[in-house]
Amino acid sequence: MAGEKQVETTGALGWIDHRFPLTSTIKAHLSEYYAPKNFNFWYFFGSLAMLVLVLQIVTGIFLVMHYKPDAAYAFDSVEYIMREVPGGWFMRYMHSTGASMFFVVVYLHMTRALIYGSYRKPRELVWIFGVGIFLTLMAEAFLGYLLPWGQMSFWGAQVIVNLFAAIPFIGPELAIWIRGDYVVSDATLNRFFALHVIAIPLVLLGLVGAHIVALHEVGSNNPDGIDIKAKKDIYGRPLDGIPFHPYYTVHDIMGAAGFFIVFMAIVFFAPEMGGYFLEFNNFIPADPLKTPPHIAPVWYFTPFYSMLRAVTDQFTWVMAAAAGIAAVMMFFKTKGFWKIAVPVILLLIAVTMRTVDAKFWGVVVMGGAVVLLFFLPWLDHSPVRSIRYRPSWHKTLYGIFFINFVILGYLGTQAPTDVFNLMSQIGTVIYLGFFFLMPIWSRMGEFKPVPDRVVYHAH
Amino acid sequence: MKMMTKFVSAVVLSMTCAVSMAAGGSYPWDKAPNRLNDNAALQNGAKIFVNNCLNCHSAKSMRYSKLTEIGLTDEQIKKNLLFTGERVGDMMTIAMTRADGTMWFGAAAPDLSVMARSRSRNAGPPGGDYIYTYLRTFYRDTTKPTGWNNLAFPNAGMPHVLWDMQGPRELTSTVVQQVEKDGQPAWEKVTTVYDPEGYWTSNTEPLVGYNGTASETHRFKALDPQLARQYDSDMADLAAFMTWMSDPSQLKRKQIGVWVLLFLGIFFVVAWRLNASYWKHVK
Repeated sequence: MAGEKQVETTGALGWIDHRFPLTSTIKAHLSEYYAPKNFNFWYFFGSLAMLVLVLQIVTGIFLVMHYKPDAAYAFDSVEYIMREVPGGWFMRYMHSTGASMFFVVVYLHMTRALIYGSYRKPRELVWIFGVGIFLTLMAEAFLGYLLPWGQMSFWGAQVIVNLFAAIPFIGPELAIWIRGDYVVSDATLNRFFALHVIAIPLVLLGLVGAHIVALHEVGSNNPDGIDIKAKKDIYGRPLDGIPFHPYYTVHDIMGAAGFFIVFMAIVFFAPEMGGYFLEFNNFIPADPLKTPPHIAPVWYFTPFYSMLRAVTDQFTWVMAAAAGIAAVMMFFKTKGFWKIAVPVILLLIAVTMRTVDAKFWGVVVMGGAVVLLFFLPWLDHSPVRSIRYRPSWHKTLYGIFFINFVILGYLGTQAPTDVFNLMSQIGTVIYLGFFFLMPIWSRMGEFKPVPDRVVYHAH
Repeated sequence: MKMMTKFVSAVVLSMTCAVSMAAGGSYPWDKAPNRLNDNAALQNGAKIFVNNCLNCHSAKSMRYSKLTEIGLTDEQIKKNLLFTGERVGDMMTIAMTRADGTMWFGAAAPDLSVMARSRSRNAGPPGGDYIYTYLRTFYRDTTKPTGWNNLAFPNAGMPHVLWDMQGPRELTSTVVQQVEKDGQPAWEKVTTVYDPEGYWTSNTEPLVGYNGTASETHRFKALDPQLARQYDSDMADLAAFMTWMSDPSQLKRKQIGVWVLLFLGIFFVVAWRLNASYWKHVK
């Protein structure tokens, strides 16, 4: 037959390969996908994130079989799963632990990208899809948290949806549109359930697919930040590369085994994780008439929640001053049309910071703290990718950034005090300053020479 | 003059009460003995719970037959715990509606299915400690509508339902606090004694030259120490039962968990050696 595809395989596999790119897909993404051989501990977290995603979907399916998205039954139906459904407690604890562990794994995965410069050219799209996954994951976690219909579910949702009300002009209407009611209610629960179970997971899966396709197009970065495709053998295979399958599949199986030890230890022995994975207040059924004295989001949102709370009316002075300084700097740095336009825009922003309510700017800072990550590939101007070949003081800077993020996270779990508020304001300045000033500091200092080949010590 | 002192001390007392309310019950919790693995204790707790609590409070997520998991048989449940025609397979519901509860007590008595869990503190003591403390810190106070007050939960809506199990007690509260005296800050010690009938006397003495911190101590004196000791033990059983009830799978879960981790440990070793055998050729 004319036009029939030529394939090497025979038999059943050949039959399939004539009609579907099975062998070629396996080759392209697994057995002939060359990954750098010097991956270290940090490189487990990508495959682990996939593993947790699968766990969440599978356990989620079983939970949906028994859960009732109805304000009158939701709380009791969760307890029904915990007590009456055979193995229900196991599914529920895996799902609740999985939610937190997803963020643990994703935060570590992002840390890896930050320190080894995995977002740099040509991996900008890998990074952008990744930040998209992070944002979607936050939405997924927030929506899912309403479903147990406890006090923290209810009041947490109330607080977060009310943030949208801070947007000028359309805010209040927008908040009502999101809730489907004037307060968080049965209508809200139903739509959050629909979004949590169908809409967001579909987006998440699509983004994960795009993330991996983009990654396999450009190839993985590595701890040395070297392009392994620059040095190839006579067959055109990267000298420092190794087929993903079987080398990294067996490697990731080991990683998964280690991960499961931690994961199952939590599920079986400390599913509440001291009130940080499952908040104790959330075992009180939602009561719209009783506001809890202290509403704290789950730990993975707390760094951003701290930044939200840090933006007080006084703090907008600091932000306005920063915008003013930036305007002056941009005036001297840029040329032509932008010499006027950028400073004018920045000055307008500085003025609105003092004229629009601080609550709105709090929301902007919280959202901006995540959105800022999208621009990271263009903020970093360092001549090397990996932290290994950066000036030592860069390492200190990264250390401060990560410790600061953890402190912000701690502050977000605590009830606000004057001292804590000042600390989170300083923390917010450090977080934002790290990124906004990156175009300046990332090219400064003495960079170390980058080797031609990756650093690899045989096992 | 006497009236004046009484009035002042009443004001002081109401202020300290208001403070302890605002702090959300700052009274330190006693550590409940861990009796989660003691079936006899859990069964005693179940008996006390069903006989005393399950009239105003429900535990609607809990099925009577679940008690077989702490070693009771269907026969025992039927004979000792079911009084008004319930069946072993029924949930622990009550006849009182929320509307009735709100009308009669001001607030409906909460469902207790997961109460022990909900009272736990972040990275702190478990809710069982709270229940153990709460049920043992009632004191008679004639100024309250129910005639009772509580240290762990000031102005609690619930009277001391189990008072006859505990017997009469006397409470001595000593509060060291800073007050304003002639425009100057001064320290004083207020000792208030609540007698077993709920009538109290208060004595304020100024502390000259005191440079410590504010403090609060409460001491109960049981008039029938033996009865009170038995009551403490019963409340430990009840706290253990309510802790178990808040997550009935927990005992089995921890048993299975040991095997799961054992398997994963072995699996990790296999995965580790498998990985090593592939990678030993990579130079």
